Amino acid sequence: MADTGFDYHIVFHSIPFLAKGMGLTLVLTVAAISGGLLLGTLLALARLAPIRWLAFTAGTYVNFFRSMPLILVIFWFYFLVPFILGFPVGDFYSVLVAFIMFEAAYYCEIMRAGIQSIKVGQVHAGEALGLTYRQNMRFVVLPQAFRNMIPILLSQAIVLFQDTALVYVVGLRDFLYSAEIIANRENRLMEMFITVAVVYFAMCLWGTLQVRKLEKKFAHE
Amino acid sequence: MAAFEYNWDWGILLCTVEDTDTGCIGPYLHWIVEGFGWTISVASAAWVIAFSLGSVIGVLRTLDKPILWVIPFLRSPIYFQTRAIATSKGVVTIDIGWFLHGISTVYVTIFRNVPLLVQLFLWYFVFPEVVSEEWGKWIKRDLPLPEFWTSVFAMGLYTAARVAEQVRAGVNSITQGQHYAAMAIGLSPVQVYRYVLLPVAYRIIIPPLTSDFLGVFKNSSLALTIGVLELTAMTRQIEEYSYQGFEAFTAATVLYIVVTAIVMAAMRVVERRFAMPGMISLGAK
Repeated sequence: MADTGFDYHIVFHSIPFLAKGMGLTLVLTVAAISGGLLLGTLLALARLAPIRWLAFTAGTYVNFFRSMPLILVIFWFYFLVPFILGFPVGDFYSVLVAFIMFEAAYYCEIMRAGIQSIKVGQVHAGEALGLTYRQNMRFVVLPQAFRNMIPILLSQAIVLFQDTALVYVVGLRDFLYSAEIIANRENRLMEMFITVAVVYFAMCLWGTLQVRKLEKKFAHE
Repeated sequence: MAAFEYNWDWGILLCTVEDTDTGCIGPYLHWIVEGFGWTISVASAAWVIAFSLGSVIGVLRTLDKPILWVIPFLRSPIYFQTRAIATSKGVVTIDIGWFLHGISTVYVTIFRNVPLLVQLFLWYFVFPEVVSEEWGKWIKRDLPLPEFWTSVFAMGLYTAARVAEQVRAGVNSITQGQHYAAMAIGLSPVQVYRYVLLPVAYRIIIPPLTSDFLGVFKNSSLALTIGVLELTAMTRQIEEYSYQGFEAFTAATVLYIVVTAIVMAAMRVVERRFAMPGMISLGAK
């Protein structure tokens, strides 16, 4: 086969292998979003809590992780997680912990903005009804904050989806790394990397359009 | 109960010469300093591209405000020509302002929706193959520091899309009255941007631009995937040589945090220094 020209066959034949990689990418994305959102919300509550040391600790955590490159965080946890636990847990879980810890810092800032965007009258109304601080957060503030923040949370989810490509540095077989394996084995770098770019682009663009639709819907209400 | 033993040895960070007695297999201190230098170089050079290109694209993205463009069209066709193309269905006019806006939108959409690492690989592995043979040869053989310049180029273009969005948001946040006022005193469209809109827009977007710069500073670590030995790559190398990874990671972490803190403090000073009286009201429509 000639070396020049775009070889469609290699792309076609590698679909099952690539799909497996995309499966890992999606599982990692969803798990990291769930974990990051949960930890991020807790951090946001801590940052806004009237307890000073708690707010300070959460603030330090957020600033710490926001100052670090994701690759360095991945390296840290890649070695740190098995070290702390005392037994190997596999690359996937080490990386997942790194993503959750890292993304939580960003989700925290989004949730904090969301909580702060709730009118103070809502909190007062909740208090007037006799709700405790916890009940007020749980039933009045957080549901509204989540709702207001859905477009931004989804944008961050798209960013996270793109960030998962960085697991390449520890050799986890996600979408990009799977493509790279085939690219190197078959010496078809151009075909594989262009395919990867097109697939990522299509998925992210679809996501971006959904976010824009939601934004418009919210703006009308 | 850590089953993995780890002997902390902060001394390795001060290694300057090879010396097996102290566990120094390489000049680790030099590696870190050198890596830090590459990180700063990649980030700064990429930022120059990102800022200049991003500003141009951002301005083009604001051309969807027809009011500013339609009137100069009628008055000074030198700047922006409206091309009329005859087709079977009649005459179709192409507005160059809208055309440029379209191109810039496509640019931002593409560069924001493909992961940076994939873009980096495309520039490094695919780009030399798809350009003309002559160019491809030049990139592969004659370009000095190919990994470095590819990283700079890729990260510059990627960040430009982000900067463009900030510039657009900044310009669009300025009240329409400013456009009208500038046009009313007879400024050309270029002058409207140069003397009225951009000076205000840049001031408004100092905070997001700062975080974009810090973004490219952190993203420069991706250059390690194509072989630039920047800070993060060097720490990984120290880990491989000495098995003292945590010390090296700590050193890198501290450096990243210190630079971030310095940049943020400096930009806060810049923001205050260039603040205009009554600026908050400008943001409100």
